[in-house]
Amino acid sequence: MTAPAIELKAINKRFGPVWANRDIDLKVMPGTVHGIVGENGAGKSTLMSILYGFYTADTGEILVNGQNLDIRNSQQAIQAGIGMVHQHFMLVEPFTVLENVMLGMEGQAVLANARGKARKALQDIASRYGLEVDPDAIVGELPVGLQQRVEILKALYRGAKILILDEPTSVLTPQETGQLFEILESLRSQGVTVLLITHKLKEIMAITNHVSIMRAGTMVAHRETAHTSPEELAELMVGRKVLLRVDKQPAQPGEQRMEIKNLDYSDDRGVRRLKDINFNLRSGEILGVAGVSGNGQSELLKMLSGALAPNQGVMVLDTRAGHSELSAGSWRDAAEIRDLGIAHVPENRLRQALVKAFSAAENAILGYHDKPEYGETFLEPEKVVNATEVMMEAYDVRPRLPGLKTANFSGGNQQKLVLAREMLKEPDILLIGQPTRGVDIGAIEFIHRNMIAARDKGAAVLLVSVELDEILSLSDRIIVMNDGAITGEVMASETNEAELGLLMTSTAGEVPTAGNGPTGGAKAPQSEQQEEAVA
Amino acid sequence: MSPILAESPRWVRIGLVPALQLALALVISSLVVLIIGEDPVQAFAIMIRGATNLEFGGFHSTLYYTTNFIFTGLAVALAFHAGLFNIGGEGQAYVAGLGIAIVCLLFDSTLSVWLMAPLVILASAAFGAIWGVIPGYLQAKRGSHIVVTTIMFNFIAMALMSYALVVHISPLGGNSTDSRYWNSDAVFPKWNEMMPDAPFSLLNPTLILALVCCWLVWLLVWRTRLGYAIRTVGSNPHAATYAGINASRTIIITMAISGALAGMMAVNEVYGAQGRLILNFTSGFGFMGIAVALMGRNHPFGVVLASLLFGALYQGGTELQFEISSINPQMVLVIQGLVVFFTGALDRLVRGPVEGAFLRYQLAKAKKAEAADAAVAGGN
Repeated sequence: MTAPAIELKAINKRFGPVWANRDIDLKVMPGTVHGIVGENGAGKSTLMSILYGFYTADTGEILVNGQNLDIRNSQQAIQAGIGMVHQHFMLVEPFTVLENVMLGMEGQAVLANARGKARKALQDIASRYGLEVDPDAIVGELPVGLQQRVEILKALYRGAKILILDEPTSVLTPQETGQLFEILESLRSQGVTVLLITHKLKEIMAITNHVSIMRAGTMVAHRETAHTSPEELAELMVGRKVLLRVDKQPAQPGEQRMEIKNLDYSDDRGVRRLKDINFNLRSGEILGVAGVSGNGQSELLKMLSGALAPNQGVMVLDTRAGHSELSAGSWRDAAEIRDLGIAHVPENRLRQALVKAFSAAENAILGYHDKPEYGETFLEPEKVVNATEVMMEAYDVRPRLPGLKTANFSGGNQQKLVLAREMLKEPDILLIGQPTRGVDIGAIEFIHRNMIAARDKGAAVLLVSVELDEILSLSDRIIVMNDGAITGEVMASETNEAELGLLMTSTAGEVPTAGNGPTGGAKAPQSEQQEEAVA
Repeated sequence: MSPILAESPRWVRIGLVPALQLALALVISSLVVLIIGEDPVQAFAIMIRGATNLEFGGFHSTLYYTTNFIFTGLAVALAFHAGLFNIGGEGQAYVAGLGIAIVCLLFDSTLSVWLMAPLVILASAAFGAIWGVIPGYLQAKRGSHIVVTTIMFNFIAMALMSYALVVHISPLGGNSTDSRYWNSDAVFPKWNEMMPDAPFSLLNPTLILALVCCWLVWLLVWRTRLGYAIRTVGSNPHAATYAGINASRTIIITMAISGALAGMMAVNEVYGAQGRLILNFTSGFGFMGIAVALMGRNHPFGVVLASLLFGALYQGGTELQFEISSINPQMVLVIQGLVVFFTGALDRLVRGPVEGAFLRYQLAKAKKAEAADAAVAGGN
């Protein structure tokens, strides 16, 4: 029997009072793809950071190819043949692919020779593993999928035989994910060992040979992928049975609540972030907005909720506050829009929806703090705390301590607090971005159920998510965004991932344009003459 | 990873940690005193006696200095809540002195103290507010960094005041830099003028104003919607935008109030203690407000405690120079500096390990309790 490529024995790591990793054992056989799944905070990233030398384990052993190693920094990890592709790329965007690959390995003060050698080595690696990238392309202008390829090349160039990929698909379209998996297949066939960290069970099933499941800092199980199922993995991750599918009745859309006409927005630097957006939203339906992260969805949400004002366009609202028309010149701020019966659960809860340093009770009134129900002249703490207790009860926020600092709640409970704050007001329109990002599987189930319940009570829900599964299972109708424009509208019941994936990379107006990548590269053709693509 | 960290108990955070920091400052200061060949025990005895004795007015003087520190400390603390580092307290207080001088020069022969006092307080707050609101406006609307602009405004205040004093206010002409004395019927009486038995000191009713301001700042920050907005803008500007809070407006208002608070320090000096306007009457109190706010954890009650400490250090330090000739004013500054260093600048040095130890202790206790529960429940 060959020695495992990686063997971890009884790894322990504590951060202050918190056990990030406890008695972790792991064996990864050479030439396999080994998945590591677990919820946020389960300790996956810590474990990989220990392997890659960012952290040093308190106790425990690391064996690489049967040799006991003491890895104290990433240089030593690289020497041991370990490479890592981070979730957020570590690339110098204005540099070319070649320069990025060479970075830190230039060898001598004058670059001319090194560049020639590196170019040759790079071409060898690229052709061997099927990783074609133009070495002279500027990295910042490449689509995300290719940037990731550069990261992989970087690791291989440094002689990596063991590759750690941290949530590699979180920024990719379904098509790019497919391409990545082909690359992983080819790496595997060439004897490279791949460690794949993810929380997407479907990917585990699709590509891995073995899978290890982590929960709360411990390794709870190892499975052969062929002998397990997503249901079993989810149960192992959460520690109880989980409903992976969302139960819902067909939507019964009512009257129109919101209509967006010709919305256009350019940011401070003059980059056109939203291009002629048109859609409508009815009561009793969930409208999903699909797209690769960074294609205008964030700006759209900010605009509809009043955090940004557009350069052009009109928003027509029919809510409890009556009929109102907001145009670019007379946009409202977030407080005024909230008064019109619109609630907003933002994409990034710690950045936008919560103040970490505040208590749960203080955050429970954020945005509604001017309402007289929280005190007349002065804010009255008892009233605020009482309201918070109601929210915590209704949305099962734990622990039920209104006075506890918000930073001390887990991600799922923070999100539940935000949802409770926004949804208990029974808004006419609910804007909701990435509702389950960084949230435990158990909480995801709960959040999805509540969104459906809000819809069934007649709310008009706009859901922005980069998780296609979430879009497909929750939405009734779906619009797809790419490069700031809407590239298509489909009914959720009549579409699939492949079609959405195509729309996510196509250009508005159904004009197939060459070289217009999903990031809407730096020189994406301006779509002046585009007519609206929405039926 | 989101480590779940509970906070250590309040008495550790605001009692034990500052006490340890002070002790550390004391130890290092003792070494310094030893190095110059004096007895640290004797030196600190002199300082403590100097700052607390009642018969020669040591404690009264401590309170007089405390008053200055409260105002400038509150000014810095409030701005901190909005995420603003107002280091312009010095200039704001200085310009406020000009406001008081104008009021006094115009009305001190016609109005009684009962009318003058409110007018003077208003003038000082208004002039301080103006000197605070301009940097606030520049920060909010133009993105000019508040640290840079408030420093510049300190210099502008200095120049403005020198000009005003020499050219317009000084009755003597030449290069004289004092105003005339205000009419004694129109100014705050000193404590010893109100209490015939009390020893002479510069303590005056402004202390009461300072304490009232502490309460008002507490009310503002934790009980009003404006305070809520200030704290939101200070801790997370994105959340403020999300909530519909106008960050620019909040910043401008905060800087106006902060400037007004710093400005009222001039009431203690120009209207209460000196009875006239003199060059450099702020003498660093505005800057020390930063240390006061730091040590007081930006809480009005903490600011009062820190002000008392710094007031005592000032007064005790002054006594020390008189008693031990080899200890010069610079030496006293070193001691004060060490206190600022350990309580403010090096806060984490003591706070981290002490609070960490408490967290670990609590966790161990919780684990034990959990184990006991599990044993009772039979392992759930």
